[in-house]
Amino acid sequence: MNVVEPRTATLYAALVGNPNCGKTALFNQLTGSRQKVANYAGVTVERKEGRFVTPQGRPVRLLDLPGAYSLTATSPDETVTRAICLGEHPREGRPELLICVVDATNLRLHLRFVLEVRQLGQPMILVMNMMDEAERRGIVIDVKGLSYELGVTVIPAVSVRKGGAHGVLDALDAPLPSAPPPLPEGTDLHAEVRRILAVYVTDRSRESVVLADRLDHWFLHPVIGPLILLTVLFTMFQTVFSWAQPLMDALQALADGLGAAVRATLPDGLLRSLLVDGIIAGAGTVIVYLPQILILFLWILALEESGYLPRAAFLLDRIMAAAGLSGRSFIPLLSSFACAIPGIMATRTIQHPRDRLVTILVAPLMTCSARLPVYTLLISAFIPKRHVLGVFGLQGLVLFGLYAFAIVSGLIVARLMTRGVAAAEHPLLLELPAYRLPVPRNLALGLWQRATIFLSRVGTIIVTLNVLLWALSSFPPPPAGAAGAAIDWSLAGRIGHWMLPVFAPIGFNWQICVSLIPGMAAREVAVSALATVYALGETGDAAVDKLTPLLSAQWSLGTALSLLVWYVFAPQCLSTLAVIRRETGTWKWVAVTAGYLFALAYGAALITYQGTRFLGGG
Amino acid sequence: MDLNALPKGGHAVIDRVEARGGVDPIMTRLLELGFVPGEAVEMVARGPLGADPVAVRVGTARFALRREEAARVHLRPLHLSPAHLRSAA
Repeated sequence: MNVVEPRTATLYAALVGNPNCGKTALFNQLTGSRQKVANYAGVTVERKEGRFVTPQGRPVRLLDLPGAYSLTATSPDETVTRAICLGEHPREGRPELLICVVDATNLRLHLRFVLEVRQLGQPMILVMNMMDEAERRGIVIDVKGLSYELGVTVIPAVSVRKGGAHGVLDALDAPLPSAPPPLPEGTDLHAEVRRILAVYVTDRSRESVVLADRLDHWFLHPVIGPLILLTVLFTMFQTVFSWAQPLMDALQALADGLGAAVRATLPDGLLRSLLVDGIIAGAGTVIVYLPQILILFLWILALEESGYLPRAAFLLDRIMAAAGLSGRSFIPLLSSFACAIPGIMATRTIQHPRDRLVTILVAPLMTCSARLPVYTLLISAFIPKRHVLGVFGLQGLVLFGLYAFAIVSGLIVARLMTRGVAAAEHPLLLELPAYRLPVPRNLALGLWQRATIFLSRVGTIIVTLNVLLWALSSFPPPPAGAAGAAIDWSLAGRIGHWMLPVFAPIGFNWQICVSLIPGMAAREVAVSALATVYALGETGDAAVDKLTPLLSAQWSLGTALSLLVWYVFAPQCLSTLAVIRRETGTWKWVAVTAGYLFALAYGAALITYQGTRFLGGG
Repeated sequence: MDLNALPKGGHAVIDRVEARGGVDPIMTRLLELGFVPGEAVEMVARGPLGADPVAVRVGTARFALRREEAARVHLRPLHLSPAHLRSAA
């Protein structure tokens, strides 16, 4: 006999509301970290489900539906929300209870959607979120009157404050409300909103509107605005590199120490080689990049939550329009600098299907942080530590140049892809939400989700591939008394030699060819793969610092530059291709992406290598 | 006059929102976002390049609209705005 049986059956509820109504904060408040996020999220474009138990012991399954302005869907997000609310979704059932969330300071916009949802004739409650802000601004809402008017329980809440959602929990403990009576067909919802506001809401706010005006005056200023944006982006990338460095050094030391400890404990043999050279060295060189990825995501999350990101989209819309896109593409493309996967997933907020597709196709061109290990290794090995014009380090300039090269290429590719297609108008129609201080709790939760996903990726795909590569590089072993490096006799060595004729024109040697294979799992693996290939072939020590002098001694400048350029373009990430498959629904676009990126990479690397040789650097 | 003609910091009242072509989802969305006849609008900012897009406040919400989108929103001639009528009365 089970004593602690739940008192009632699980309640299936869904959160609905406009974008920027604080829905996700409420979701976090209710479910805590017990969330099932299919992937990288942070903005409300992803399917998020959470489970919790109310104070009275009622289990609840809560779905956080994508933000929508209307049930007349114009984007993939809104289509999902519409289908679930209407009970038309093929895989999600119709929720038993709709929890409508509105921002109490933006009722004019949000209440219209509430009325639209109310027309569905389903049990619902209304959460009046950000009540503290409304009170502070002098907005007085007659909650009881509004409840009576709408025929829906109205619950004041402050989703960003601890305990600010207890009213919602209490409402979930109450019996399911009956569906509100719908308005007559064809009612002018705007007129209805105006009437309701006039009766139940007294708005004396001026001060905060003035504050937003003041901020927008500078942030959207035609000259100062872009300067602020540049400063923000510059600071962001500076911190990504400088703040992360001590943490990265510590992680590297940890991995090295672990490797050394295992090496000292175990007897020389296959197992020791597998553990030290395959698993520890492989995972170590990748985990090292976790601090950078997290700092970059912290910035993006904070900019998103503060309301600044849409302002950046406003400033950049015209430039994006030159590439045939809109300012909305800026946010996904910016995220792609951390990793193309969350970037591609963030394209769901782009309503226009063609804009969305093109943004997905060029997202892999943005310099994701996984390329950095490859860039930093090659730059430190081949670009002299010189200063240009007294202040700029040459190495930093080359790195900056690689980023700029990728951005310009991305814009050109987007322009070419959108050319010729019937120049149908595609809308911007972007809300510029109120400025808000980011809530540490939400930032922490977002970061936590990213860290777990990154680490599980390292733990599974990347380590598996490293072990596979280690096996490829270790078997078959060289015959007794054979001359030359062991890897020359292995399968990897043979595959590398087979690939050589194709890649020789762009300056790659067989070691690079071998490292390209596991590099398909994730770009950063190429560094550890090179370490493995050279370590097993040369010294037996997998330390990456030893790779730098080794490479500068063995490779020509042309080869190094060619590999750098290859990495700007090459479709070297199976996870990205998998996400493209999922987001576009067809293999066709995966093939198109991989094909055009490969062609670009090969062409650009060919020009680079042959050009360098011609100029005497080959 | 349409919304694009409003100078930065200028206020006006929406007269009508015009459809482009038969079915115009952009017009529908503008209406849903609160760009409805009789609503007051304010020009918050104009984009750095060619005043495109524009940032507009309607009610308590702000939106960035491209010129093409803003051109659908027609404003009441100044001498017919309610504020003007009130002050004249």
